[in-house]
Amino acid sequence: MQYVLEIMIPMLEGTAVTLQMFFITIVLSLPLGLLLALARLSRCRPVQSVVGVYIWLLRGTPLMLQLLFVYFALPFVPYIGVKLPDFPAAVLAFVLNYAAYFAEIFRAGIQSIDRGQYEGAKVLGMTYIQTMRRIVLPQVIKRVLPPVSNETITLVKDTSLIYVLAMNDLMRTARALVQRDFSTTPFIVAAVFYLVMTLVLTWGFQKLERRYAAYDE
Amino acid sequence: MEMIKAENIWKSFKNLAVLKGISLTVKRGEVVAIIGPSGSGKSTLLRCLNHLEVVSKGTIAIAGETLVKTGPDGKAQYVHDAEIRRICRKMGMVFQQFNLFPHLTVMQNIMEAPIVVKGMTREEILPEAENLLKKVGLLDKAGSYPCELSGGQKQRVAIARALAMKPEIMLFDEPTSALDPELTGEVLRAMRQLAEEHMTMLVVTHEMGFAREVASRVIFLDQGEIIEEGTPQAVFGNPAQPRTRSFLSSIG
Repeated sequence: MQYVLEIMIPMLEGTAVTLQMFFITIVLSLPLGLLLALARLSRCRPVQSVVGVYIWLLRGTPLMLQLLFVYFALPFVPYIGVKLPDFPAAVLAFVLNYAAYFAEIFRAGIQSIDRGQYEGAKVLGMTYIQTMRRIVLPQVIKRVLPPVSNETITLVKDTSLIYVLAMNDLMRTARALVQRDFSTTPFIVAAVFYLVMTLVLTWGFQKLERRYAAYDE
Repeated sequence: MEMIKAENIWKSFKNLAVLKGISLTVKRGEVVAIIGPSGSGKSTLLRCLNHLEVVSKGTIAIAGETLVKTGPDGKAQYVHDAEIRRICRKMGMVFQQFNLFPHLTVMQNIMEAPIVVKGMTREEILPEAENLLKKVGLLDKAGSYPCELSGGQKQRVAIARALAMKPEIMLFDEPTSALDPELTGEVLRAMRQLAEEHMTMLVVTHEMGFAREVASRVIFLDQGEIIEEGTPQAVFGNPAQPRTRSFLSSIG
């Protein structure tokens, strides 16, 4: 117990890094995913294809590779090449990757809405944007909550990949402590920390789902 | 005043011609019933009038304003999008499948378009919305979600929702076809009341009783063409065309 208290400060610092990565990624990748989904469903063929290729690339290669690419290879790409510090580089890779997954979730959600909803809105005089904002997307949210919840919980744990950029998140901190102190206790503490974070998320999503359960379709 | 004037409407899906040169005029206050076998193009005709489908060629004018005309190249030429929306707002529509918004309560369903499209405030539209709900006999369901209503109640909400936009014309696309037989009466009553208030109505229906009693004119459509049109007495009592006769006898 004494030992657990001793390692608490570095573990909490690591958790802070993990949570920052998590929140910034979620806040940026959800709206980007929605935009990508709308682009994927646009009537403009080239836009559809570009987004299709983007989603294929980002879902088709390991997130680890994408992280390493953004950090080590992006600086050498002509024209857009930029050298990012480790934290922004990690955020960029995570946002681009998760937006691709969210885009597919949103696309499926939007396509699952009955055509009658668009027609109902249209004959009342609503524009496409009004229809999306007021009629379609609110219903999409209800339908995509379970898969979005899944992805979100996966993200909490995926943030541990940033150890490859030598960033001291919860996982890397625990590993360093294990190696320093020849004790596996930091792993157990880290596991508890992750479990608490995902538990809070699970509760949050349950609450949301219950709120949206007010109506059936 | 001609509320709807359609001339020589053609509509094809791929290579299948669904409407073959339909012309139709509806005057203010008229109740016109469109009858005909399934696949005859009745619903498509209705959906062309408010731009849910685009015509291949032909002219449509709503309350004197041109929505589409045949261009010099022989193809349909629509006015621009904002104009289309403005002109089509003169028409309310009621669907076979209701198309209520499931995530909104009955009251919200009715107030949504006036707020979003007309920019009215909740306070401005609330009394009107309550009146409409009272009129269709559902004021006590204002806070319910559509999933808590019967089919007949849903359709009456859909009628109130359309009326909240103050349309000059109401289009009904088989409004009772998705309902259990014992629920059609309440919907037809609401429509009859609307007709008595001299709303201009165009009704695609299988309810011959309703067409006979409420319509001022009946149009019989078959295979994308108007076969016969006239007063209900004439069309039902003494149809001139053999196709009308065989259709009417087939439905008993």
